[in-house]
Amino acid sequence: MDTKRTIFPNRVLPYLLLAPQLVITLVFFIWPAGQAVKSSFEREDPFGLSTSFVGFQHYVRLLGDPLYLDSLGRTAVFAVAVTALSMAFGLALAVAVNRLLKGGRFYTTLLVWPYAVAPVIAGLLWWFLFNSTTGVLAYFLGQLGIRWDHNLNGTHAMILIIIAAAWKQVSYNFLFFLAGLQSVPHSLIEAAAIDGSGPVKRFFTIVLPLLSPTTFFLFIVNVNYTMFDTFGIVDATTAGGPAQATNILVYKVYNDGYLGLNLGSSSAQSVVLMLIVVVLTVIQFRYVERRVQY
Amino acid sequence: MVENRPFLTFLTHLVLIAGVVIVAFPVYVAFIASTHTREVLVGGMIPLLPGGHLIENYTQVLSASSAANGLPSYTLMALNSLGMALIITFGKIAISILSAFAIVYFRFRFRLLAFWIIFITLMLPVEVRIIPTYKVVADLGMLNSYPGLTVPLIASATATFLFRQFFMTVPDELMEAARVDGSGPLKFFRDILLPLSRTNIAALCVILFIYGWIQYLWPLLVTTDPGYYTLMMGLKRMVAVQDGEVQWHLVMAGAILAMLPPVFVVILMQRLFIRGLTETEK
Repeated sequence: MDTKRTIFPNRVLPYLLLAPQLVITLVFFIWPAGQAVKSSFEREDPFGLSTSFVGFQHYVRLLGDPLYLDSLGRTAVFAVAVTALSMAFGLALAVAVNRLLKGGRFYTTLLVWPYAVAPVIAGLLWWFLFNSTTGVLAYFLGQLGIRWDHNLNGTHAMILIIIAAAWKQVSYNFLFFLAGLQSVPHSLIEAAAIDGSGPVKRFFTIVLPLLSPTTFFLFIVNVNYTMFDTFGIVDATTAGGPAQATNILVYKVYNDGYLGLNLGSSSAQSVVLMLIVVVLTVIQFRYVERRVQY
Repeated sequence: MVENRPFLTFLTHLVLIAGVVIVAFPVYVAFIASTHTREVLVGGMIPLLPGGHLIENYTQVLSASSAANGLPSYTLMALNSLGMALIITFGKIAISILSAFAIVYFRFRFRLLAFWIIFITLMLPVEVRIIPTYKVVADLGMLNSYPGLTVPLIASATATFLFRQFFMTVPDELMEAARVDGSGPLKFFRDILLPLSRTNIAALCVILFIYGWIQYLWPLLVTTDPGYYTLMMGLKRMVAVQDGEVQWHLVMAGAILAMLPPVFVVILMQRLFIRGLTETEK
């Protein structure tokens, strides 16, 4: 890690400058994270009077718990579906805006704002649309012969949270794809056009490969988003139900730990989640490093 | 545009209009719902055209009389959300710019260690260590307080990294000149570095304000006193009525109002927002 060529020769000041951030980080990040790791190896008696070291027992139990494995699988389905949907839509819209000579800014404005909508509100809005007694979409689906009921049907509930989460994320993907598209050299496109390749072929042979770093970056960010920032969506719509159908990992940590007070298991789940984030972050950083070296 | 094909241009607009419609549809329906009476909304399919109760519904949401189910008034919750968003925004920017300054412009003993301690927080979103963090806050007696609501969310590394990256691009000559002129580090920071970082700070403000405004899980945990409820929690509770019908017309009016501030910020500050986003995330 590098500094400036010349630096200020001061012994005390840098510590004072760092102090606020370090204190907050140690107290509210490092300490709790350490506690999570510690209590994932311990069992507390029901009255919180004593704790005993139980080794990997919580982890072993988690990995043998069909409910947990189920939640893991559902989280994967959820993450992949939301990522695929929101990236596909984001890309389609970015390609369209990028084609326009004028009016691009106008459409961009109309497309970016869902980023600012809170996940809870996104959940509420879609919940209202799909509400089986008053919802507009539930009504239309009824006309098509589909009896929509996310309170009873797990698949419907999953589709509901996927749509709400993807809806909120489209604008983010759109912006990054647009930035990526605008950095594709125009001369390449022109050369290909002179060679007689049509817009579709140009897109798949030139533009898409050049977008691959952006795509990869967005993939990681989106998986991260679906795994951790969608708590509000789940809580506002299905609350993990029906019958665990939408109980994704981050909701389960909260459910088991805060509502169920099963601290050991919840901590072990936290640690598993932390490992997942660490892996995602490391991948992201390696990719960023590589990009910087270009 | 390489070639001019009217059909493709038509298709482009069609895709974009469809996109805008899909993006706007839920909010449109919410707005429509917020202009009707309760009876209209529970009586089957809701209409797709605005009704005549817009002013009535919104006044009812904003007036203190809407407080029910142990919820405080809408205005109080809005103020709590605003306070939380602003404290997080300014707190985060203040501590990150100082620590980035320390890391870039000084060489001291535990520099690398400090850097790594900050760096590691990039990997731990509050959601994954929710219970132990809650416990720390509870032990410190910070439940139901503004510090409890905001401070644990303030320490994040992204802003520090953004400032660090920016400081690295500031020419060394500026700092050498400042030293030759006899100005100390704090004077250099205030008179040169801070003005130079103006646009970065503004872009971060936009992003962080939204981040603070849309928080849900954390306020849900640390506030049990209705006096500290934020809008996001309040809205969720408005639909979680035990018996009786959900007051959809009021919930939707509340949701529209709660969406307005951050959406306005994004639309008005679009360029800064995009800048901040692409720079912090990459």
